[in-house]
Formats: sequence, C-alpha cells, structure tokens
Amino acid sequence: MFEKEKLGKIKESFDAYEAKVAETTKKRPERKEVFETGSGAVVNRLYTPLDIEGFDYENDLGMPGSYPYTRGVQPTMYRGRFWTMRMYAGFATAEESNKRYKYLIEQGSMGLSVAFDLPTQIGYDSDHPLAEGEVGKVGVAIDSLADMELLFDGIPLDKVSTSMTINAPASVLLAMYIAVAEKQGVTADKLRGTIQNDILKEYIARGTYIFPTEASMRLITNIFEYCSKEVPLWNTISISGYHIREAGSTAAQEVGFTLSDGIAYVDAAIKAGLDVDTFAPRLSFFFNAHNDILEEVAKYRAARRLWARIMKERFGAKKAKSMALKFHTQTGGSTLTAQQPENNIVRVAIQTLAAVLGGTQSLHTNSKDEALALPTEDSVRVALRTQQIVAYESGAADTVDPLAGSYYIEAKTKAIEEEAMKYIKRIDEIGGAPRAIDNGYIQQEIMDAAYNYQKDIENDKRIIVGMNKFQIEEEAPKGLLRVDPSVGELQKSKIQALKEKRDNALVEERLEALRTACKSDENLMPYILDAVRAYGTLGEICGVMREVFGEYQQSVQL
Amino acid sequence: MDRPIRVLVSKPGLDGHDRGAKVIARALRDAGMEVIYTGLRQTPEQIVNAAIQEDVDCIAMSILSGAHNTLLPKVVELLKVENVDDILVIGGGVIPDEDIPFLKEKGIEEVFTPGTPTSVTIDYIKENIKRK
Repeated sequence: MFEKEKLGKIKESFDAYEAKVAETTKKRPERKEVFETGSGAVVNRLYTPLDIEGFDYENDLGMPGSYPYTRGVQPTMYRGRFWTMRMYAGFATAEESNKRYKYLIEQGSMGLSVAFDLPTQIGYDSDHPLAEGEVGKVGVAIDSLADMELLFDGIPLDKVSTSMTINAPASVLLAMYIAVAEKQGVTADKLRGTIQNDILKEYIARGTYIFPTEASMRLITNIFEYCSKEVPLWNTISISGYHIREAGSTAAQEVGFTLSDGIAYVDAAIKAGLDVDTFAPRLSFFFNAHNDILEEVAKYRAARRLWARIMKERFGAKKAKSMALKFHTQTGGSTLTAQQPENNIVRVAIQTLAAVLGGTQSLHTNSKDEALALPTEDSVRVALRTQQIVAYESGAADTVDPLAGSYYIEAKTKAIEEEAMKYIKRIDEIGGAPRAIDNGYIQQEIMDAAYNYQKDIENDKRIIVGMNKFQIEEEAPKGLLRVDPSVGELQKSKIQALKEKRDNALVEERLEALRTACKSDENLMPYILDAVRAYGTLGEICGVMREVFGEYQQSVQL
Repeated sequence: MDRPIRVLVSKPGLDGHDRGAKVIARALRDAGMEVIYTGLRQTPEQIVNAAIQEDVDCIAMSILSGAHNTLLPKVVELLKVENVDDILVIGGGVIPDEDIPFLKEKGIEEVFTPGTPTSVTIDYIKENIKRK
C-alpha cells in the first residue's frame, strides 16, 4: 500500500524525530522506561507506516461483511441496527429471575441471558448434598422443566432471543427450552438464541465441568447435529475466551486459546461426519473487554481475520457464514474493584467502547457492584444505560470500523494475530486443545500471566485507580443484593412435590432409554428431550450420564 | 520453628474461579511456605481431612459463589469435632463486608476481600500461626 520511495522518506523523518526525542527525554524523561498494554505487550512511542510496511488493504482488511472480515461481519454493522444489548441475569428462583427479565426487557434490553446457579451448571438438583449453600446464589436454580416453565412465563419464545450460560449440561437445558417453547405453541425452528456449550474452556478456566473430555465432545457434536436439523436458527456453541481472560490470560492468549478450542470443535464435528458448512455458520464466540481500549479493538479484529483464514484454509469452508466470526462480549469482571465501586462505571464505559469499536454482535455490561456481590436492579440499569449512551450519544456506532487504518491499530492487529497463531501452532504440536488441556499446558500459560499481572499491581508497575493509587477511606457499601437463604429449602420442596405429581414410571422408562443410548453411538438429544418432557430432573438426567461416562478429574497446576 | 509454614489452599463449594486461589498459592510458595492446593469442589469434610493429613498450620479458603456463610463455618466446626485447635483458618474472595463479623464469630480468623495485596495475606499468616 505504501510506495518504497515514500517509506524511505518516512524512515528518514522518523529517525530525525527519534533523535530529537532523545534530546528532549534527556532533560525530561518519559513517565516510564517501558510502556506496556493491559496484557504487558510493549507499546512504541509512535506508530507510522513503517510499522505496517507489508500492509495490503484487500488481503488484510477487505470490506466489512466480506473475507477476511477484519472490518466486521456485516456490511453496514451498527448503521443497520445496534448490537444486541444482552444483560446476563439470574438468581434465586425461576419466579424471581422471571421478574428481573421482564424488568430488563422493559428497560430496553434486547435479548435475555440466563445465569444458572452452580448446582445447575454442574448437573445437580437443589436437594443434592453438594448443592448446600449454593442454590440460587450465582444464578437461577433450575431442577426440571417445571422451573423452566416459570422462568419464561409470559415471555414469548418466538419473540426474544435467549442466551444460556450453560456448558456441561447444555443439552439438558436446551431440551428444557425446546420443551417450554412446545408448551407455548412455538416450534423449535423458530427459536433463536445461544447455548454456551463450550466445555473446553471449563476445563481450562471456569471449572464447571462434569464428564471427561471425550464424552463432553460427543455431547457437543450431538447438539450440532440435532440443531442443524431441528433448531436451525440456534447458535449451538459460544466458544469462550471470556473466562480464559478472566483467569488471567493476555489478549493474544485469549485469541489463541479460544480459536484453538474452536478448531477442536470443528475437528470433532467433522470426525463425527458433519459437513463443515452445515454447522460452522452456527458457531459463535464470546470475548472479554478489558480497559486497554486500543489493544482490545485490535484483538477483536485479529480474531476475526485469523478465524476466517483458519476456516477457509484449514477446513476448506465454502460458505461466507462459515468464515465470519460473530461474537458476544462481556466487560471484564476481573477489572472491577471492590474499592470505590462507582469508578467501575467508568471502566465499563471504556470497555463498552472497546467492544463497539471492535465490532461486537452483542454485549453484556457488568454492574458497578460486581466485585462485591450480584448486581442490584439499580446497578444493572446503569450498566445497561452505559451501552445505550455509547449507542445513541457517542457516535461510535455511526461508521463501520472507524479505527481501521490507524498505524497503531493495524500494527497491533497484526501482532496479536501473529502471537495467537504461535499459540495455535504450539497446541497443534501438542495434539490439539483437549490434549493441551489434559497435560496442563494452557492452564500453566494462563497462570503465569495471571501471576505476573498480580505482581505488577503489587509493585505499583500497574496502576489500578482507587486500589493501589488514589485510595480513600471508605465505608462498606450498602444495599447489596442478597439471595434469600431459604431458596434452597424452597427448591427442595418443589422437587419433592414434582416427584409426587409426575408419572414416575414414565420417567424411569425414559431415563433407561437414555442410559442405553449413552452406551451406543446414537445422538442423545432426542432421549434427553423425552426425559425432560416427562419432568425428569436435571440431576436425574445428568446422573444417568455420569454413571455411563464417568467424571472429569482436574489436573492441578500452580 | 524449624520447618517452613505449611498452608492448605482450598476451594470449598462448587465455584470454579480459582485464579485468586492459585495466585495466593504461588505467592505463599514464593514467600517460602509449603503450599498444598486441593483443587476445586472441596467439601468441608475433605478440606479438614486434607489439613489434618498434611499437618498444615493454616487453611486458606477462597470462595466466590456466595456460599461462604454455609461452608466456611462448617470447616471450623469440623476441626473442633476432630479436636484440632492449632490450625489458623482464613478466607478470601467475593465476600461482602457485612458478612465478615458473622464469619469471625464463627472462627474464621481473617477474611481478605478483593484487592488485598498478597503481601498482606503472607504477613498475616506469618504473624498469626498458632503452632510454635
């Protein structure tokens, strides 16, 4: 894109500039000896065309909505419509969460995003001994179809799109969603939404796994196959870098490890006999937004370009939609401080802007009190308003990929792409993401980055406003959300009542059919759906699979 | 005291967010302590058994799921049942300030909330272990 002769001249004036700066900094040194991004990558003083010498517009960017999708997956991006403002919510009982969803819809939230409590995420009913103290705490407790009916009561499932943060038991929760829709008279082909369904990142970073790797991969490909026929508008997986970043990874690791997981899912599906272009369009991604706004924008652009190249060159995808990386973003929970929680509103605003300038398809903004507890209704509203202000007032959404062509952004996009590719190659050498997880490589890399980050904070090399600088004496914040501890008892009595009312012989029969299917290589989705329709509980269904598949044993890394 | 301080770092309950626990474990190790990390999803019974078996001076538990009021006091109770009174029990994680007095009353000797430098935790353990 740049003429050789002109680059030569720029080099001359750049050298002259640096010489002049050297004079200046002798008298007035810069604030730091080395400037680094949020991920610890070195930032140069100045970026010029020299930093993107081989830059080729057509090959590296192209137009929005076309290969390699660096500038976004749709031709008009937010000029058509804004990203989906999707607030993650759920706590206590299905009834309580249903109220919060209706409130969020009333306030302008455009899609639901369901947070499940930990027992649900790990496939235990609320009356399981390990569920003690956990029921309804970090999300809503769902034990059976009866709870799911209450969760979506009065919310027409053909009108909203729903994202469910569920992984190990994703097949069961998706089955419950389909069954609730049936009761509302909505057929599965009308359902729009996403299940997270990304088990690899659970082993890497989030910890709510159940089954060993192989069985988990089978369940995931079963879902791909079932949905491609029966629930065609459903996004069958959201391959998540979010938790990898929260566990302490750098931006480039977030891209490298997430896309490596993506490669593993595509490999597994192809191995199961699926055609890449039938399931790849329904793959979606989930990334984090941290404070270093420019690094984050580059990260999203790098992820899109790299995935497009992988799908085309490595997997021979033909459909445009198979190559276009769509993603949801959440602002970085781990960047929020318990100190001076009001400051978190500003952090979230910066992160929102990063996600929007990076071209996200949907966004969840964290609430200011999340380093302390689950958010209250008021703090969630401010978080949603933050998105609305960026959308309606900032102008950032009015032109497509506005930072393209910035010497820094383009150089950084390329740097992240290259660094992420190195991780992907390393993982390929190990034998793919599942193996690199089983031998602890990925967890170790993340842990090293997390520990360095913490040391930088403690050495004051990294400043966190209100935490290691600009501290004040603070009173304990008031009015935090508290989940009523009686939720656990309430759920227990609901399960008991259900078991007295339902046709237990029918449940047994369907669980037995599932057990047999688990031992064969049949697709499990129809069996799970039948068990769910008969009001088999989540714990019973996952229990059958636990029996047949066994449980994953974590390898502990320090 | 001849041998290094031994600490059991643990994740009680079901939450899988173990960044904090692992960072603390490493920092304690770098400070010269012997660290045993239990991994995820430990019941209070498992934590107490491991602590006794490993003969630790301190149990450090990290919890972000909101189940702290149920799970942390149970560890202290089980230690009493086992007649163990020389292990320092501390906790950390997303724990609202208003719960801290209750936890202390139940025998959790200190609670470290988000943003606490690892050096504060290290010093606290050094100064407060009970085994002389």
